[in-house]
Amino acid sequence: MRALVAVKRVVDYAIKIRVKPDKSGVIKQNVQHSMNPFDEIALEEAVRLKEKQIVKEVVAVSLGSSKSQETLRTALAKGADRAIHVEVEEAMAEKIEPLLVAKILRKIAEAEKPDLILLGKQAIDDDCGQTAQLLAGLLNWPQAMYASVVEQESDKTFIVTREVDGGRESIRIKTPAVISADLRLNEPRYATLPNIMKAKNKPLEKKTPSDYGVEVAQQTQILEVTEPPVRKSGGFVEDVPSLVVKLKEVGVV
Amino acid sequence: MNGIRLFSSHLQRQHNILQVASRFTGTLVLAEHANDKLNPITLNTVNAASRLGEISVLVTGSNVANIAEQMAKVEQVKRVFVADHEKLKHQLPEYVAKAVETLQKQHKFNYVIAGASTFGRDVLPRVAAQFDSAPITDIITIHNGDTFTRPIYAGNALCKVKSNASVKFLTFRATAFKPAKESGGDGKIEKAPKIDFSFSGVEFLSQELLKSERPNLQSAKVVVSGGRGVGSADNFKIIYELADKLKAAVGASRAAVDAGYVSNELQIGQTGKVVAPELYIAIGISGAIQHTAGMKDSKIIVAINKDPDAPIFEIADIGLKADLHKAIPELIKAL
Repeated sequence: MRALVAVKRVVDYAIKIRVKPDKSGVIKQNVQHSMNPFDEIALEEAVRLKEKQIVKEVVAVSLGSSKSQETLRTALAKGADRAIHVEVEEAMAEKIEPLLVAKILRKIAEAEKPDLILLGKQAIDDDCGQTAQLLAGLLNWPQAMYASVVEQESDKTFIVTREVDGGRESIRIKTPAVISADLRLNEPRYATLPNIMKAKNKPLEKKTPSDYGVEVAQQTQILEVTEPPVRKSGGFVEDVPSLVVKLKEVGVV
Repeated sequence: MNGIRLFSSHLQRQHNILQVASRFTGTLVLAEHANDKLNPITLNTVNAASRLGEISVLVTGSNVANIAEQMAKVEQVKRVFVADHEKLKHQLPEYVAKAVETLQKQHKFNYVIAGASTFGRDVLPRVAAQFDSAPITDIITIHNGDTFTRPIYAGNALCKVKSNASVKFLTFRATAFKPAKESGGDGKIEKAPKIDFSFSGVEFLSQELLKSERPNLQSAKVVVSGGRGVGSADNFKIIYELADKLKAAVGASRAAVDAGYVSNELQIGQTGKVVAPELYIAIGISGAIQHTAGMKDSKIIVAINKDPDAPIFEIADIGLKADLHKAIPELIKAL
């Protein structure tokens, strides 16, 4: 069985982002970037399936500027066997929408014939949460979104527990299938120094969208990016009785 | 039906574009429900969608006649399509998507819309892919027929976008729109066209839903939320007690969920639920951006934390620096 994992390079989750004064986006220069946390979880799951000998090969894919190669090297260091980088110019990388990513992943899936495609449930920059569903739709494959448990049942079936609004839901999916990882699926490992060194020799193939016959088009135009309205702190109260007084004043209690 | 682009091109004045659009465009709203009960998010979605044209609703499921009737009475709803089939019983996205796709092919709505819940997020992009349309998710503001604002970076920036998609697939954040009235509508109920369900890659097995007497987290007027500072699953009892006193829903930070104090359905934040109640009481929550993304639109925020430097105090209307184990029982007594 082969697993394809899509990983995205994003501004690190711990960074407090700042909006550009010209409102064209957020400041990304000289800002720490890393692998999208949900993609780390998706990758970890693929590597664990390999360790259980369910999966033979893990292929990591990233679409983005040349800097996305760092993210792919990280994926290789964490256990992916090889990587595919679909490169676009940096200016374009800012504007890529999930539909384009899904279209390219479909072409890669057609070429690589994976049994499972794993993705994070959303990227923490655009917060779209669409790519996995779009991809499953394009391929007409079953989709198991927001997975918190993935267990192989037979050669061609997996039981997936999904985190849904009211609780949990269990489904059986037949491969090939698309899975998106929720936070509680696993605890991703750290890449060790020897593995980081080894990752340098693992194959990393470079492609462009046109290699896959996909036109880089945009349906969504970003008009402006602004700061959200700032909430002001209302200060402290001394003790519980004065808290109760305040709550009664505003009429919520 | 495909009026908005045609019409807006020779309509130079922008100010009344919404009214104009509403007479010429068709909008399909996906109704969300569970076990014969309509999910309130559908009402928020209908209200938001009413700004984008005449509303039709699709109800999918098995034995859902009562949901269809409820939807037909909702203000602004003109038509209700019912796709009633055994295959749709558990509303797996693969089958619901087929139902939406079939209906869309026949009626060519300008907009296909759902609430930004698990259901909507699951289904909507899957259908959008069939129409080569880039969806826009989690919209909080509608500027006009093709321009919307949505939060990015965990709500730390707002992004205004213009969609050029011929059919627009959108999800709306429930807390950003008021619910439509459940009465006053006189929608016509129709059978949805016959759907080809020949897909066998997925099967529903079981569901484990959190049962609670408390109000629904996303529609509650008051939310009491606990974080890592609560200390243990056992200590969470005082959070529930306070919530009961205030008839409030209970929420939690990701740290509390990860520590196993409560189950993940209660998580509020970027990757959990988004709430905007009248009163939000954050107890033992530091206020990481991941969390504040899910609650900072609450009307009044109260924070109780023993660390006066906790970032939650920067956005709280009322702060109390105190040990929650002492303060909460005292507060319960005082209320």
